[in-house]
Amino acid sequence: MKERKPPEYPASDDSMEPRSSTMKKGKGSAALGRDIQAKIGQQLRSYYDTLIEPTPDRFADLLRQLEAPGKKEGVE
Amino acid sequence: MSLDPTLREQILAAVPSLRAFAISLSGNVDRADDLVQETLLRALANIHSFQPGTNMPAWLFTILRNLFRSEYRKRRREVEDADGSYAETLKSQPEQTSHVEFKEFSAALSKLPEDQREALILIGASGFSYEEAAEICGCAVGTIKSRVNRARTRLANLLHIETPNDFGPDRATRAVLTGDDVA
Repeated sequence: MKERKPPEYPASDDSMEPRSSTMKKGKGSAALGRDIQAKIGQQLRSYYDTLIEPTPDRFADLLRQLEAPGKKEGVE
Repeated sequence: MSLDPTLREQILAAVPSLRAFAISLSGNVDRADDLVQETLLRALANIHSFQPGTNMPAWLFTILRNLFRSEYRKRRREVEDADGSYAETLKSQPEQTSHVEFKEFSAALSKLPEDQREALILIGASGFSYEEAAEICGCAVGTIKSRVNRARTRLANLLHIETPNDFGPDRATRAVLTGDDVA
């Protein structure tokens, strides 16, 4: 695991200007453009939504069991 | 034990996102489910230390993250995952995203350093503020911001997103050229 490093650049709220990035030189290297950020953001959310969708019921069951040990169906 | 119904509802409401976070961290659905279960057990055992009215999701995410971290340290070797198998361990077949895109994205995500990945997920997907994410990760807000920035830059590289137009064809072409498996 990486140990913590101090921020490499001052973090102002929405400025996304990685100074020492691994981006290629040339156009688009100065900052991660808004379009690119938007693409990544959209892919990230759709990835996450895909994971959220099939959440099993077992956790609700687990909570119920923990609350009322002994009872099989403890709906109030 | 009887749990305040409001708290119970708050806990249950947080579970889907908590589990998605766990899958994102561990890359493995079974481990993620274990993590969520353990998180719920600990949450209930320590529910007295939760202050009603404060942020339940953030509290649960903090517990889960700490569990994952301590377990991760123990099993670092097993967990190391070069690239492809990260997505392979996901049992659920994504429907709304194209399968290729999903696999590619999770493979790229798995290549990020742990601290960058969790920061990116918390901010970009789980819907936490920078302040909340900083609290969950036990670090400064500026650190979270810088990790998110670095994560985005790295992902853009890994996914070969350089200009918006590069998106589809360039990725496929590169895959052919480099022999990366995109299927």
